[in-house]
Amino acid sequence: MSAAEKAQAAQSTRNGWLLSTPALVILTLFAVGPLMIVVVYSFLAPGQYGNIEWAFSLDGWRGILWTKDIFDDTYGLADANVTIFWRSIKLSVLTTLLTFAVGFPTAWFIATRPAKSRALWLFLITIPFWTNLLIRTYAINEVIRNEGLLNTVLIKLGLISEPLRIIYTDTAVFIGMAYVYLPLMVLPLFAAIDRFDMRLLEAAYDLYASRWQVLRRVILPIVKPGIIAGSILVFVPSLGAYVTPRVLGGGKQMMIGNFIDLQFGQGRNWPLGAALSLTLLIIVTVALLIYVKYANRDTAHGH
Amino acid sequence: MATKSFSVAKLPGFTATAVIVFVTLYLPILTLVAYSFNASQSVAIWGGFSWDWYVKAWNNDAVKDATVRSLLIAVCAALISTAVATMAALGTTRRKAFKGQTFIYVMINQPLMVPEIVTAVSLLILFGMIKQATGIQGIGYVIFAHAAFCIPFAYLPIRARLEGMDMTLETAAADLYASPWQTFRHVTLPILLPGVIAGAMLAFVISLDDVVITEFVKSGGQDTLPTYMLGQMRRQLTPEINAISSMLLALTIVLLTAFFLLTRKND
Amino acid sequence: MALRLHNMIKIKRERVTLSQQNAVEARNAVKAFGQGDNAVRALNDVSIEIRKGEFFTLLGPSGCGKTTLLRLIAGFEMPTSGTILLEGADITYLPPNQRPVNTVFQSYALFPHLTVAQNIGFGLQMQGRPKAEVKATVDRMLALVKLEAMASRKTSQLSGGQQQRVALARALAPSPKVLLLDEPLSALDLKLRREMQGELKRLQTETGITFIFVTHDQEEALTMSDRIGVMSAGKLQQVGTPREIYTRPHNRFVASFIGETNFLPATSDGSTLTLPGGYQIEAPAGTKAGQVTVTVRPEQVKLSPTPEAGTLPATVRGVVYMGTDMNYQLHLADGTEIEACVVSDVTGEAALAAGQTVGVRFTPGAAQVLED
Repeated sequence: MSAAEKAQAAQSTRNGWLLSTPALVILTLFAVGPLMIVVVYSFLAPGQYGNIEWAFSLDGWRGILWTKDIFDDTYGLADANVTIFWRSIKLSVLTTLLTFAVGFPTAWFIATRPAKSRALWLFLITIPFWTNLLIRTYAINEVIRNEGLLNTVLIKLGLISEPLRIIYTDTAVFIGMAYVYLPLMVLPLFAAIDRFDMRLLEAAYDLYASRWQVLRRVILPIVKPGIIAGSILVFVPSLGAYVTPRVLGGGKQMMIGNFIDLQFGQGRNWPLGAALSLTLLIIVTVALLIYVKYANRDTAHGH
Repeated sequence: MATKSFSVAKLPGFTATAVIVFVTLYLPILTLVAYSFNASQSVAIWGGFSWDWYVKAWNNDAVKDATVRSLLIAVCAALISTAVATMAALGTTRRKAFKGQTFIYVMINQPLMVPEIVTAVSLLILFGMIKQATGIQGIGYVIFAHAAFCIPFAYLPIRARLEGMDMTLETAAADLYASPWQTFRHVTLPILLPGVIAGAMLAFVISLDDVVITEFVKSGGQDTLPTYMLGQMRRQLTPEINAISSMLLALTIVLLTAFFLLTRKND
Repeated sequence: MALRLHNMIKIKRERVTLSQQNAVEARNAVKAFGQGDNAVRALNDVSIEIRKGEFFTLLGPSGCGKTTLLRLIAGFEMPTSGTILLEGADITYLPPNQRPVNTVFQSYALFPHLTVAQNIGFGLQMQGRPKAEVKATVDRMLALVKLEAMASRKTSQLSGGQQQRVALARALAPSPKVLLLDEPLSALDLKLRREMQGELKRLQTETGITFIFVTHDQEEALTMSDRIGVMSAGKLQQVGTPREIYTRPHNRFVASFIGETNFLPATSDGSTLTLPGGYQIEAPAGTKAGQVTVTVRPEQVKLSPTPEAGTLPATVRGVVYMGTDMNYQLHLADGTEIEACVVSDVTGEAALAAGQTVGVRFTPGAAQVLED
């Protein structure tokens, strides 16, 4: 490279940084920086009326799964916390599975529409995606609560005499999350299927594959990046869900998000809240790293 | 009997599942809208058609207050995030890959990767410290919190537009005696504009919809429409909530339709 | 009108000093992409002189470096080393917006948000010329490319050929010293391309502006150019008039890239060339003694129905009817392949049949000895 070329490249890099600086400043101050403070807070002692005291303590981190016995100061597993973690993970996995089971046929359906109507079907999936999460949660509440649409219809039909008690249960949270996060599964699946070369199906059928074999041996392996993307996009917000369990779980069926909220409210244990937040962040990061690894491996194979 | 033609793209049960999914997606929303016109006090029993709840919501000072605040925050957050995202998009596309570019991508997309509740908690702590130290209150905290998480949403459509833009257009402008600034002003910016508007609209919708971060960051008396509704849901439910939701829904659909027309027309 | 334009540009063709006579000159231009071991030399030590007012064509296959050389002249790239001169002045590091050189892009690069007239006036506007002047020039350019009726259209509403004309008018409007054309006709269909070839030649003659035209199409290069520079693998292989390039190729690449040809091994004693089978022809002046490669165009290969004395005996292997011509594939006794091209007769029947033994002669002076 000549000196002039070098100078040109250096100036291009400098401009790249200069133009990105305002965004980086805002993100450092209001997104990345505050996370550092959370790290610090997780190693401090709780203040009596909330907030913290400036004293080093590991109680926040210990408090994630263990509880101190008030009589003999020994640590035992905190059953309530374990239940909340278990519920969060269980409901998130179930939500991911259900949204995939119904989302895949839906994405396939959209992708195989004629070009003109495809845009409309896609738009129909996108409207709920951009609609306020709270409104959608409230809408599902309208359907499943005791006097809601579902129970009213079932009683009118004479199928049940007592309303089904769904609201304020794990099932309600599960249904709610599957409902609100479904578009997040369908959109990346659609993107993957849309790129899928339908002539491969003709080739597979020509080579004696059955419908099931075509699905399992041809379609699913090729659209795998979309499946992974959709699963991550559903799993991550499910795990950190706050609004849906709060509205549909009625404050009793807590998930990690609500548990964190509790520590900054009535629980008055900010260090524990900070440690829980970081735990959630770590789980999500691990999930994302696994995703990146799989996605890269797939592209390396030339998909 | 006529033989059914064999369609390769058809898989058994898929169409039926898709139809059920679309019905399930829209049924609750339509129910919600339907009940906003319910004359009865209860959200459960249909008491005939009425505009009452819209009138009531319209005359509710708390709702009016929250709406104005929501719009103010969303407009400010959209303007700030779109401005910085446009610059960042110009800085990170269409030049030779440079050291630190990945870092910038990660930073910009960070709000998409961190669970909202974690960001909310971290901002609660940070703003608590600042408020205690300086005594400064105000809506600015919420605006900047929103501006930060709106950046990736504004950035993506702008970047997509830039990447889809023919780079030779700028080369051609330089060839025709345009200085770098003239090139930006007369060529890059006019062509980029639909992307910028699309980005601003996404940022606006995202800010308008936010519940979790606002709930943690707001001070007393700083309710936005979503946090006001969240508060109401703990109390007795009346179709007034349905009326507010329906209006917000209508606004979202209008913005989305505009967004789609904007990004499609220029493909 | 052509005369007016001629005056406006005030191209003076009087003889001046040699360096000023060159519109563009590249000296030892090198352009490397990538770094270290991965570096690829797109341009490997190219020196070239392009004269004022000529239609000069850079011809070569894709990846030969012709577009890179054009971009160095336009200022879109800087050379890794070497110098670019415009009318004797060093412009190597001058930014493109300060060079009185304009480009017609392969993709046309018309501004989609501007009308035809705004596109054409863009360069003048950027130079800050008065509005009246811009308007007058735009009108003149619209007339020049016969697009007066399209002035207020958006460029996306035009056909490919019309877009091409707008691109030309836009690049000519600021009266550049040199016009660079980067494969401008490659997107057009054959008929339109022929038409535009004539149009380009007309514009060049009318304006007197130096045209540097990049193409991979040898026919285009031969029909339009005053001179051609043949490029391959980042190097300039030969510069000359179309006639020189076709009839006196310097090396194997130039001979085979432009037109069809035969290559034959030969032994030279300095004055006579001996080909396989003992056929002897006079060697062109300056031929060295030893083993050489000779090239002969198929149309310069003459056939007689029987191998007479003083001809090279060959067997007809195949005959291909090509309309105007009849193409014979022949084998010499030692297996060397050779092609002959004969104008078809009125019946279109082949005079010679496959399997037949014939006599081969070359038109005197047609055989060229290659450098390598």
